[in-house]
Amino acid sequence: MNTRIPILKLNDVLIVSVQWELDDQTAIQFQEDLLKKMHDTTAKGVVIDLTPIDFIDSFIAKVLGDVINMSGLMGAKVVITGIQPAVAITLIELGIRLEDVLTALDLENGLDKLNKELEA
Amino acid sequence: MEFRSSVDIYTEWDIVAARQLGRNEAKKAGFGTVDQARITTAISELARNIYLYAGKGKIEIERFEESGLNGIAIIASDDGPGIPDARKVMEDGFSTSGGLGAGMPGVKRLMDEFKLETEVGEGTKITATKWLR
Repeated sequence: MNTRIPILKLNDVLIVSVQWELDDQTAIQFQEDLLKKMHDTTAKGVVIDLTPIDFIDSFIAKVLGDVINMSGLMGAKVVITGIQPAVAITLIELGIRLEDVLTALDLENGLDKLNKELEA
Repeated sequence: MEFRSSVDIYTEWDIVAARQLGRNEAKKAGFGTVDQARITTAISELARNIYLYAGKGKIEIERFEESGLNGIAIIASDDGPGIPDARKVMEDGFSTSGGLGAGMPGVKRLMDEFKLETEVGEGTKITATKWLR
């Protein structure tokens, strides 16, 4: 099975909505797909919305952290949105700090934040 | 009463199967969304450890339903290489696989009880329990 997370382009921004539980392969495939799309479209920013996601383990956290750093290397900013209360609680208890990561409550706020970052 | 179900861990897909089983069992046991996330995450970490370090093993989910004693236990067992320095793996940030090193100490924090039994060359068994409050 090979499921891919769709990546949409809106002006200078890529929008990703992770709609289902991530397995390892899908997460790694997403990492590649996002960077490639970024390169092809010369997007300056990315919003990754995690609203439907009800848990994140250390592997998925590492993939997310890595993709944020990789995007930074390519000159793009990433905002993570929609982290559920249960996800925030378990991530911190697990000992994972997504430091220096831009976050927002939802997609709308995330796009605002990203646009402000890109204007600055 | 006790309900026990299990998933054999051979591939990455079995990690997904194990945590789905765990979430369903946690739901059935009456845990709220935050505890469901804690239990699912703990299972994911333990199943991935089996996959990464032992190659194969088993995740068992045991649901206790007794008056005044309701909870869920995750039993992760394998016949893998065992853990030579069991104290080290409980330290935050210690990893031999390039991971975040959050797994074992993280699971201990997510759950209420944590027991690690390991013998080099014999295997590892981890029992992590969460009580319903």
